Amino acid sequence: MLTFTLRRISLFIFTMLVLTLLSFSLSFLFPGDTVINHSGQINATASELVQLNKAYQMDKSIVDQYGAYLTHILNGDFGQSMASQSPIRNEIIELLPATIELSLVALLIAMVVGIPLGFIAAINHNKASDNVILSLAMLGYSIPVFWLGLLAILVFSIGLGWLPSAGQISLLFEIKFVTGIQFIDILLSDSPYKWQAFSNASAHIILPACVIALAPATIFIRLSRAAMIEVLAASYIRAARAKGLSFQQIIFRHAIRNALIKIIRHVGLQFANLVTIAMVTEVIFSWPGIGRWLIESIYQRDYTAIQSGLLVLSCFIFIIHILTDFIYAALNPLARGNQHGS
Amino acid sequence: MAVSTMSFKPTLPLLISAFVSLLTGCNEANKLSLSERSIIYCSEGSPETFNPQLSTSGTTTDAIAKQLYNSLIVYKGQNNILGPSLAKDWHVTRDGKKITFYLRQDVRFHQTSYFTPTRLFNADDVLFSFNRILDKSHAFHQVSGGQYPFFQSNEFSELVEKVEKINDFTVRFILTRNDSSFLANLATDYASILSAEYGEKLFIENTPHKIDIQPIGTGPFKLKDYRVGSLIRFYRHDLYWQEKAKIEQLVFDISPSKTSRLTKLLAKECDVSSYPIAHEKIAERSDLLLESITSLNVGYFGFNTKKQPFDNKLVRKAISLAINKQAIIDTVYHSQAARAKSILPKTSWAYDSNTPELGYDPVRAKSLLEVAGYPQGFTMDLWAMPVQRAYNPNAVTMAKLIQADLKKIGVKVKIVSYEWSTFLRRLSLGEHQSFLLGWNADNPEPDNFFTPMLSCSASENGNNRTFWCNEEFDQLLQKALKTTNMSKRKSYYAQAMAIISEEMPLLPIAHSKRFQARGTDVEGDILSTFGGISFYHASKTKPTSEPQNLNEPNKSKKVSN
Repeated sequence: MLTFTLRRISLFIFTMLVLTLLSFSLSFLFPGDTVINHSGQINATASELVQLNKAYQMDKSIVDQYGAYLTHILNGDFGQSMASQSPIRNEIIELLPATIELSLVALLIAMVVGIPLGFIAAINHNKASDNVILSLAMLGYSIPVFWLGLLAILVFSIGLGWLPSAGQISLLFEIKFVTGIQFIDILLSDSPYKWQAFSNASAHIILPACVIALAPATIFIRLSRAAMIEVLAASYIRAARAKGLSFQQIIFRHAIRNALIKIIRHVGLQFANLVTIAMVTEVIFSWPGIGRWLIESIYQRDYTAIQSGLLVLSCFIFIIHILTDFIYAALNPLARGNQHGS
Repeated sequence: MAVSTMSFKPTLPLLISAFVSLLTGCNEANKLSLSERSIIYCSEGSPETFNPQLSTSGTTTDAIAKQLYNSLIVYKGQNNILGPSLAKDWHVTRDGKKITFYLRQDVRFHQTSYFTPTRLFNADDVLFSFNRILDKSHAFHQVSGGQYPFFQSNEFSELVEKVEKINDFTVRFILTRNDSSFLANLATDYASILSAEYGEKLFIENTPHKIDIQPIGTGPFKLKDYRVGSLIRFYRHDLYWQEKAKIEQLVFDISPSKTSRLTKLLAKECDVSSYPIAHEKIAERSDLLLESITSLNVGYFGFNTKKQPFDNKLVRKAISLAINKQAIIDTVYHSQAARAKSILPKTSWAYDSNTPELGYDPVRAKSLLEVAGYPQGFTMDLWAMPVQRAYNPNAVTMAKLIQADLKKIGVKVKIVSYEWSTFLRRLSLGEHQSFLLGWNADNPEPDNFFTPMLSCSASENGNNRTFWCNEEFDQLLQKALKTTNMSKRKSYYAQAMAIISEEMPLLPIAHSKRFQARGTDVEGDILSTFGGISFYHASKTKPTSEPQNLNEPNKSKKVSN
């Protein structure tokens, strides 16, 4: 387990170095002055510019410049947003939790819906229900998310009026920012409208989370179906059946556990996909997350924000990736011993 | 075998749906109390500042002016007669150079988490507010950039010699000359009164810039919370000097996208929406109300007269001749606007029906271009504003129409657009060649159209983004201000408009109505013919007692359809 951990950590560090190198080079590739792209201080006076050039060691070699940039990043100084002129770090701290919350809820929905459906399909392999589930999965996977999002708003918000279409919570509720994860903040707050706020926030998250969850859910259906079919064909299942165990015992004690391990490996991979979908969905549902912020920054040509946003998002996805790897390794001893990585 | 799995399959969705209906169900029932006492307004953009003295942007004025502040005097009633506000009465000497205001003695400033007033509003606050603008050595003059666009464009500091405190509740303005627009300018949203006590406190704490970010005023609402690009939350000012506002909480949901504003309106996530699209859709819903008001405004196509090729008036004229205004009015304004002959709308008393209008004549445009030395045409950029305003509900579409019109005379147009605050900033730097913008009047004074938009002083530090400066035009405006004789003033303004049509620094396109949509459960006037919107009279349910209309400010004329 130790070598596994060390290998993952070194992989993390090197990937992050490559990513910072990329975001560092973006400052040179974007139009405008490099040091202003780094710092985002578009209204800097001459003396401030001199200071900035010193801080980012612009007069020295490119390696020193990269070193200075890296020091800034490691100190949590991502510069200022060109559009709002407030520190990007603060903006990210405010917005990233909302994205994490939405993605995790969507992931949960995708798993809770997708995996059992996949199992059902596998158990009824080649029967009608299998075909129906597979066709639905194919259909769900093919629907573009922006279209689905708009359709969901049209039907559930405008047409039926069941669920709200925009934002994290009705603006009438004032929830103090503590962790940024809305549900936790609501529970921590001492507002007299706490439970109304909680139900309001739940109503707000349903539509966007379901829209995001659809595509990953269909992938989970196919993954879990394939895994289950494979497990059900394994000899230990045949042995269990020969021993006279009931169908339920076979599925719940043996098959599901072994199939789940195969699926968990893919959760990390799917998460990257899910965050990409979440970015588009955030725009559609006006979700105050980092994806929407990043897309707005692109529109406003806020180079500093684009750089740091990309860095933080990819870092976040990478951390989730590693975390699922750890969970997988913890659950499956076979993975830890694998000398040649995975 | 499959039975066992079948048994849990329906339970899960059932559980989820039960959970959801439980949540949404109790949500509807309990939220009523909170939402009844609050209004959510979907606004089109973020304010640039929380001090109306510092900006002439309509978005900013709408958001802050009438919510947070009061002026000394206001326009009242259908005929727009000046009436008392923070000043209960005023007196003008016969030569028009000394104006004395007698102030109310029962006005309290906002009490917020960041400031608690210890005294009532008095003459010091008036002096503080105006000296900040007038006196360049005032401790607060340079705070937030030292730009007071409205007052600088009409050269307020040259007009006002000084502001005197006679006693605690009497203030006298001494003017260098008689100016017929002085009182009208004091009645605008820009002449808001700030708290001198708050200023002193910030000065001692060495954080003077906070005065424009964390505002303290006398208005019917006080600021609770502001998140850039997201929301502004106001609470009611319970010690307001008039009857307090009917709603307790006012939230501005900042939604720059016009489709998201429509969605939120249809999904009941906002009670009132600014500049709605899809008028027919709103009109056919029984739970929504579309209202419009004939406001004093003009949407125009301006040229940067300091840049090639628009430094040549022949080019400006040629381009103007090539534009089919009627097509723009039919498409962009859905025929809900009057074609502009010049910058002054028909509803202004100074409007002259004989104003010449440059027609639509692409053939003449082409020949003018040849005379100007561009027989092959040229390539130009056109900056289209990214937000909707009453005077221009869709600048990008308008830009495309203009692009098509100009293509016919061989001029290629590149359309440029930025996020609103970036757009305004770059515009003020003069990076553009031509642009689409407009002007909303702040008072019924005709001068309000001329001086802030096209005077030389406005080209230096105001809203004149054409950077056009014409001595003769400026002198006419000065003459018109020096006299109170209406017919003389009218003729001066007619001459000024003739100069505009001759020089063409901009092409006036339309005077339009301003639209707003609201749920039928929201009552009370919000829009007004000029100046910012006000939620003071708005309420959610039917008021229990008859509202007292004795001393209401800024009651506006409204046309609903």
